[in-house]
Amino acid sequence: MNISELWVFRGLLGAMTRRDLTLRYRQTALGGLWVVIQPILAASIFSVVFGGIGNFSSEGAPYFMFAYAGMLGWNAFSNTLSMITSCLVTNAQLVSKIYFPRLLLPFAQLGTKAIDFLIALGVYVVLAQVTGVSLSARILLAPLVLVWILALALGPALITSSLNVSYRDIGYMVPVVLPLFLYLSPVAYSTDSLPERYRDLYGFNPLVGAINAMRWCLLGRGDLAAGEILYSVGLAGGLLVVGSLFFRSRERLFADVI
Amino acid sequence: MSSEPSVAARNLAKSYSVGASHGPRTLQSALRRIRRPLTGPRRTFWALRDVSFDVHPQEVVGIIGRNGAGKSTALKILSRVTEPTGGEVRMVGRVGCLLEVGTGFHPELTGEENVYLNGAILGMRRDEIRRHFDSIVEFAGIDGFLKTPVKRYSSGMYVRLAFSVAAHLDPEILIVDEVLAVGDLEFQKRCLGKMRSVAAEGGRTVLFVSHNMAAIQSLCTRVIVLEEGRVAFDGDTTEGMRRYIGLHSEHQVTPGVFFLGNRVNPLGGDMAVHLKQLSVLGEQGPQLTFATGGRIRFLIECHGLEEVKKPYYRIHIRNELDQTVLASDSRMTGTAFGGEPAEMEIGRLPLHAGQYFVDVGVGSADRGEVLDHVVDAGTFAVGPSPLYQDEYQLISADGSIYLDADWRRA
Repeated sequence: MNISELWVFRGLLGAMTRRDLTLRYRQTALGGLWVVIQPILAASIFSVVFGGIGNFSSEGAPYFMFAYAGMLGWNAFSNTLSMITSCLVTNAQLVSKIYFPRLLLPFAQLGTKAIDFLIALGVYVVLAQVTGVSLSARILLAPLVLVWILALALGPALITSSLNVSYRDIGYMVPVVLPLFLYLSPVAYSTDSLPERYRDLYGFNPLVGAINAMRWCLLGRGDLAAGEILYSVGLAGGLLVVGSLFFRSRERLFADVI
Repeated sequence: MSSEPSVAARNLAKSYSVGASHGPRTLQSALRRIRRPLTGPRRTFWALRDVSFDVHPQEVVGIIGRNGAGKSTALKILSRVTEPTGGEVRMVGRVGCLLEVGTGFHPELTGEENVYLNGAILGMRRDEIRRHFDSIVEFAGIDGFLKTPVKRYSSGMYVRLAFSVAAHLDPEILIVDEVLAVGDLEFQKRCLGKMRSVAAEGGRTVLFVSHNMAAIQSLCTRVIVLEEGRVAFDGDTTEGMRRYIGLHSEHQVTPGVFFLGNRVNPLGGDMAVHLKQLSVLGEQGPQLTFATGGRIRFLIECHGLEEVKKPYYRIHIRNELDQTVLASDSRMTGTAFGGEPAEMEIGRLPLHAGQYFVDVGVGSADRGEVLDHVVDAGTFAVGPSPLYQDEYQLISADGSIYLDADWRRA
């Protein structure tokens, strides 16, 4: 199995992505609107709880927009990680009956998550007009930050998804552990609002750099910390290599164990 | 044959580990293994051992063998779904696999969407599916339901659509597993027709697993018989089927006569009473193939029955799926026996085409105990019958029992 084989199977990758996109909101009354409603609703709740009651700082932007921008990055990460974790098991029938490079299943998830992100980004642009937040050219870099976030999710997800084939425990563990990272990442609050002495420790979370960068693109204010970015991108790359190797080493067992 | 083989399997082996990891696999069991790595009875089960064969273009090869002989494992390795533990397979050309009809169909998607999805899963390109789309729909006969989710389809429509997609696949090597076991008569007929035409078109290769001996006999130019994971026979179809049938009784004296004398009592008793021989008889004596509606007799010989009060015999006939389809017990008819052989006759054999296996038992009605019982004592096949239209001869109907029914205009 190698990259050239993935290319041979690109038709199947496309078909799987299309299937997931079509299926997502089938038999829902609001259909595709959910892509828009979900982040708005989540950001609204954050606004009330953290912005309103908790009175968290939002670097001068309207808190709602601040939270929405953070949510965009966070959702891309957490949805990708949790969907990929379960993707082999949900497609067990395919895995045990048909040959295709198993990496296609995680990759198909990346496609759908990227499309979700682009829609939610469009919503952000509209909301910015409504709330009077000015957009800068930096927003054009948002897709690049998305790739970074997806890479950050994909590495660990390749490990959890292949482990989930043998140990379904992983499928239960991931949704419990993920919210912990939500609170350990600057989604509801800004890094600046943290006490100085915790900052170094906090910086170990690679999501910090990624979510700050996403906000930097969208809100168009603040500065980027080069150290944060280098650390996070480097870690994403490292996890991707480890994750792929792990996936490849387990791949041959999938059909027998699933 | 001078041409390059399109499929070359060399020393294929596949083992599964059974025992400790049996049942639900959990992290707990993994942790336990880390703590005490040497405990837990783990056994290695070899589903395939040292299997080698070549298949050349234009050959239609049947793979036969009992349940658990390794047929499905072999196909899974050939179709690359699973990797062999040892050995290798080389294949030249595009491979199309039909391990299960309708794999990857999604109930929420419409018929049209499923055609594209399933086509992609089977390895067709999108433009290829688009080109064949009308013909796929027409073949399946679901014209008015293209925009309906397949979960609202009848099971017949569902299978027809699934097969129709697969039938438009255009592989150089076609691998088919037991598809004849599902679907209605019409569907089975189309499957057979399709496989025949794939083979007939120049240079194609077909590998076909089935329990349907009649279909194997008519389609295959060659058979590979698997027995406990090894190749027990590879060659001529008729010869191979004879070998396969022979597998079910190690002591076939002549075709249709099965010697049962040389057994060790699993219970360790002295076997004072034991079954000696079973003969499956037709009009001209022992034979292996019968026709639906024909006459068949089973002759059972038993040793040491003179001393037994009120002996009785019983016969069970099982089909290829291991389901008991016919059974008879001499206590039901009240026939009295002494030490002499017993014969059971079926005047009009009520079985469809297929391979059948015979279990024989003997007991004492007086003491209410079974004295001897032989599973797979003998076997016989039911083949073409004058009762059926020619084109339906090979198709196994739903169920094994032939119903003596009359169809007429009402």
